[in-house]
Amino acid sequence: MTIKSKILVGAVAIALASSAMAKDTLKIITWKGYAPKELVSAFEKETGIDVKITYSNNEEMVAKLRATRGAGFDLAQPSQDRITAVQKKHHIYQAIDYSKVNTDQLITSMVDAVKKNTGVDGKGYGVPHVYGTTGMIVNKKNAPDAKDWSDLWNPKYKGKISYRLKRPLLIAAAFGMGKDPFALYGDKKAYQALIDEVEKKLIDSKPLVKNYWTSGDTQVEIIKSGDADVISGWDAKGWSVHKTNPDIDFIAPKSGALGWIDTFAIPAKAKNVEGAYKWINFIMRPKNAAIITNASNYGTASKDAAKYLDAVIKADFERSFTAEDIANIKWHPPVPDGFESIEAKALDRIKAAK
Amino acid sequence: MSQNAKLQNTLQTTKPKNSFNVTLYLLIIPVLLWLVLLIVLPHLDLLVSSFEIENDDGEMVFSLANYIAFFKEEIYWLTFVKTAAYAIGVTALAFIITFPVAFYLTKVISKKNAAFFILLLLIPLWVGELVTVYGWMVLLGDHGIINHFLMAIGIVDEPINMLYTDFSMIIGLLYMSMLFMVVPVMSTLESLDDSLIEAASDLGASKWTIFRTIIIPYSMPGIVSGAIIVFMLVIGDYLAPNILGGKSSLWFTEQIYNKFLTTFNWNEGAAFGFLLLMLSSGIIWLALKFSGQKLDRVGS
Repeated sequence: MTIKSKILVGAVAIALASSAMAKDTLKIITWKGYAPKELVSAFEKETGIDVKITYSNNEEMVAKLRATRGAGFDLAQPSQDRITAVQKKHHIYQAIDYSKVNTDQLITSMVDAVKKNTGVDGKGYGVPHVYGTTGMIVNKKNAPDAKDWSDLWNPKYKGKISYRLKRPLLIAAAFGMGKDPFALYGDKKAYQALIDEVEKKLIDSKPLVKNYWTSGDTQVEIIKSGDADVISGWDAKGWSVHKTNPDIDFIAPKSGALGWIDTFAIPAKAKNVEGAYKWINFIMRPKNAAIITNASNYGTASKDAAKYLDAVIKADFERSFTAEDIANIKWHPPVPDGFESIEAKALDRIKAAK
Repeated sequence: MSQNAKLQNTLQTTKPKNSFNVTLYLLIIPVLLWLVLLIVLPHLDLLVSSFEIENDDGEMVFSLANYIAFFKEEIYWLTFVKTAAYAIGVTALAFIITFPVAFYLTKVISKKNAAFFILLLLIPLWVGELVTVYGWMVLLGDHGIINHFLMAIGIVDEPINMLYTDFSMIIGLLYMSMLFMVVPVMSTLESLDDSLIEAASDLGASKWTIFRTIIIPYSMPGIVSGAIIVFMLVIGDYLAPNILGGKSSLWFTEQIYNKFLTTFNWNEGAAFGFLLLMLSSGIIWLALKFSGQKLDRVGS
């Protein structure tokens, strides 16, 4: 064999190997913490499928899939309220074949709710994965009386208030003002009027705000450093700060914490649909789901995962939520088309105000 | 000579030239592909979509509405004006701070030492903007290093509010863009003949006169090219205003980002992108006119 032919054979072998590998790749676009290394390698060992993870958030996920018209990934994990409007307009997902999902290991009521909330033309586009709430993270030593969304504009906490200036905050502020924004999802005019009212409230109270946090990291940073005492925040983040500083904890606001559910959704042009279903069923096995929850503190839609949860996780939840608080969680319904532009303009005006 | 031989002859004489052309084309192809596929086409696509809006039936139709929205909604053009004003301010500050540094490095200390200091200037660039931004957060926070130090030595009792203000944002913007002013200014100063300064000094010119009538005019091309780079970097920055800036630091790039990612209105986002390009180019054109510089001289 000459050197040339050796190189040729080598090249062919590499090409074959890489094409064989390409067949068994599963590309997932998801949030940090939803696909821990431990589970990825266990899945790769079990199925021989090579998993590639891209970290993202709701907005970027949609933007990326929209740019490719639903190609480039085999599985995405958008929040349940962000699917229908996008699907109706851009057709970036394919309907879920629920017979391929092992629904026995999932909480039935949650599967049904997500199927309904992600429905387009009678077909469901999402399978529930994890859930959590947006509420408040409070430094109880400095602000023992902060109990509700309305404390985000309480003059008592001047200069010690922070929140993320995004759509959930507008919704939260509306609840804090005693309104129900979700009830107005069918009435664009009334919703606009409500958002105008919220905008005015937040502009008037802007001098009280220390700063607007922008990400999970800056949220933790601002309360941990002591720069703020009363902030809007995510339950899991609040509980993680509580571990290092017991004065700080997550609370469910009296007028209702906002509940979100993140799902599995399959992009329209996914190449490895079978692999995607395999991943969903693998991740939702009680033991595997418990691994994710123990590490991240997010609630899981896996039915029997509770058996494998650490005691700390249960304690966190029970400390922050009474039975009444749980009943009062406001779950995000699907966002109607066009509502996000109303909110975006209000958010811009609040941000630019003095 | 037979027909065949004649043909062969012409082939032989023309061959070198032909093959040269072929190689040239082959070499150009990747560059052309890169330019057309990755730069020209996406821009054309964005340009087209910036002139489209969705009508009530969900069809895309031609319209100027996206551009009109910018001028009609006060919040949009005000944000742009504010962003541009800050960018001009930061550019001026960058010049004031870096000119003495550039002068010192080229005219005062030895070449060997200068190389070491230039290396020090370069290092912050290696770690990336995000890391330096977080570094400033650690320094400037209410419970950060600077406040801690000031309180420890008793200068202040209460922490000074520095982080999340225009002050911290400007520091962040300056820090990431300063180097781009130093380098072009240094390269023009290097070619300035020291004997010019000496001659002026011998003839009795004051330091200020030398600075005003010799050094500044001579280094003007470097200053202007540095200013263009700094201005463009600052007006198009996203991180520093977003993370270090306060609750009122709405930057124009943030609005473009929001159009694409929060409201999914790509058409308006595209229009805003082109407005940013056109308006900032306009400002640079005005600055060149005003300073009497030519783009080709500045660019070299």
